Amino acid sequence: MKLAIKRIGFLVVVLGLWQLVYSIGVFEDIVFPSPIQVGGALYEGFADGDFIKALGASFRHLFMGLSLAILFGTVIGVLLGKSKQADETAGMYLIALQSIPSIVWVPLAIMLFGFSEFAVVFVVVLGGTFVMALNVRTAIYSVPPQLVRAARTMGTNGIPLFFRVEVPSSIPYFMTGLRLAWAFSWRALMAGELLSNGPGLGYSLRYAQDYARMDQVVAIIIIIGVIGAVVDQVVFSKLERNVRKRWGLLKS
Amino acid sequence: MFLKMEEVGKTFNDKESGGFEVFSEIDLNIEENQFVSLLGPSGCGKSTLLSMVAGLEDVTSGSIKLEGKEIKKAGPDRGMVFQQPSLFPWLNVKENVLFPLKGHGAKNEIEERADRFLQMVHLSRFKENYTHELSGGMQQRVAIARALAMDPKVLLMDEPFGALDEQTRHILHEELMKIWQETQKTILFVTHSIQEAIKLSDRVVVMGTRPGRIIADFSIDLPRPRKRDDERVIELERKVMDLLEGEINKVLREELHHEASY
Repeated sequence: MKLAIKRIGFLVVVLGLWQLVYSIGVFEDIVFPSPIQVGGALYEGFADGDFIKALGASFRHLFMGLSLAILFGTVIGVLLGKSKQADETAGMYLIALQSIPSIVWVPLAIMLFGFSEFAVVFVVVLGGTFVMALNVRTAIYSVPPQLVRAARTMGTNGIPLFFRVEVPSSIPYFMTGLRLAWAFSWRALMAGELLSNGPGLGYSLRYAQDYARMDQVVAIIIIIGVIGAVVDQVVFSKLERNVRKRWGLLKS
Repeated sequence: MFLKMEEVGKTFNDKESGGFEVFSEIDLNIEENQFVSLLGPSGCGKSTLLSMVAGLEDVTSGSIKLEGKEIKKAGPDRGMVFQQPSLFPWLNVKENVLFPLKGHGAKNEIEERADRFLQMVHLSRFKENYTHELSGGMQQRVAIARALAMDPKVLLMDEPFGALDEQTRHILHEELMKIWQETQKTILFVTHSIQEAIKLSDRVVVMGTRPGRIIADFSIDLPRPRKRDDERVIELERKVMDLLEGEINKVLREELHHEASY
């Protein structure tokens, strides 16, 4: 309860400062909307369904891109984790690829696939795959050798060993990979959509900018932030915490 | 002979120094249903030898045979209990015991089997618990039940009680004795505790170090349960202690000498 009060209090202070800056007139009204204008834009956007449609499109891109990123990332990660040869050959490049901000891929995606939704999905895939692969590789490395030894004394080898010991043992790290892949993909999605021809939340944002509707721009930024936080907290962090608790890695 | 080790040697490959010989020419025969301890200071290779019997380490030279069959790799005919319980944290207690049984019999049959061994280690009450909810001693009992459930010909124990407190260790000694008498398993038990070895074993094989080798082999024919203050126990302890003291001093001297040469 006290926590809620603290957080709401903080929000009120921020809104107050915002209103203050607006009232003093530091920026022109057309580039700096007031909190009330943004609230209005939020209401309007949801009421006439524009934001809902944009959100639907964004989630469609995200779902496709993230699913593929998880699939590719897992395959690459397992390959690098299991094969020393593969890791020595390609492992280093994975870190290089991971360090490339996903917006950098956008021009390439547009040239390759045009202003299509597929171009956006492509960027999302690139945004999530490498971080997923890195975490899956770590997950495979993190399997305690002691558990593998124990399983071998029970006659478990080869493929059964992989599926009965290595896979379940690496699930906590896999979950971390999922959470990070989501976070990176979400950022990549916005970068991709911002430069796309829509539909999508990022596209709506640029569209609003083109028409100098800064109240809508700020409203969409808020939506992006809220969704990012809520999905992380409600889905991925929670999932990760539950798994870690269940695996005995967290004090309950 | 049930478990036969002939001129067994082990050399670890080391890129820098070429190779490190842990021991060579170990000859040891173990009879069925016996409780045999391998006792020695750290570095004598007792755990390595046990791992070789388990099939987790390659045999560099010589051979290890179980009932005439040469050991090449790990298998369920040799159950192993490690110093760390090595339970699977994503499975509950019963599922851990079921792990080696999966695919080796009808479902109700193996479940019954798992239940029986959990009862033997007095953990029936905790079979739905996750392993991290149990104490170290309880976890080790699960590991023992898991190893026994697959009905191995020989049970290998690598300092299984080494990480436990004195009290718990004492209780587990008694439980292990009961289990051993009940199941009639052949047990090969690695320890560095003289008291533990003498308290539990039919036979204590004492190993020396640098190079690792067998320096003594005692048969202990005292009735169980053995009391610590039994004169014959004390006498044996002293004998083994004298033997090991020489070994430990040798290691210390070598290390000091090594240090001085720098």
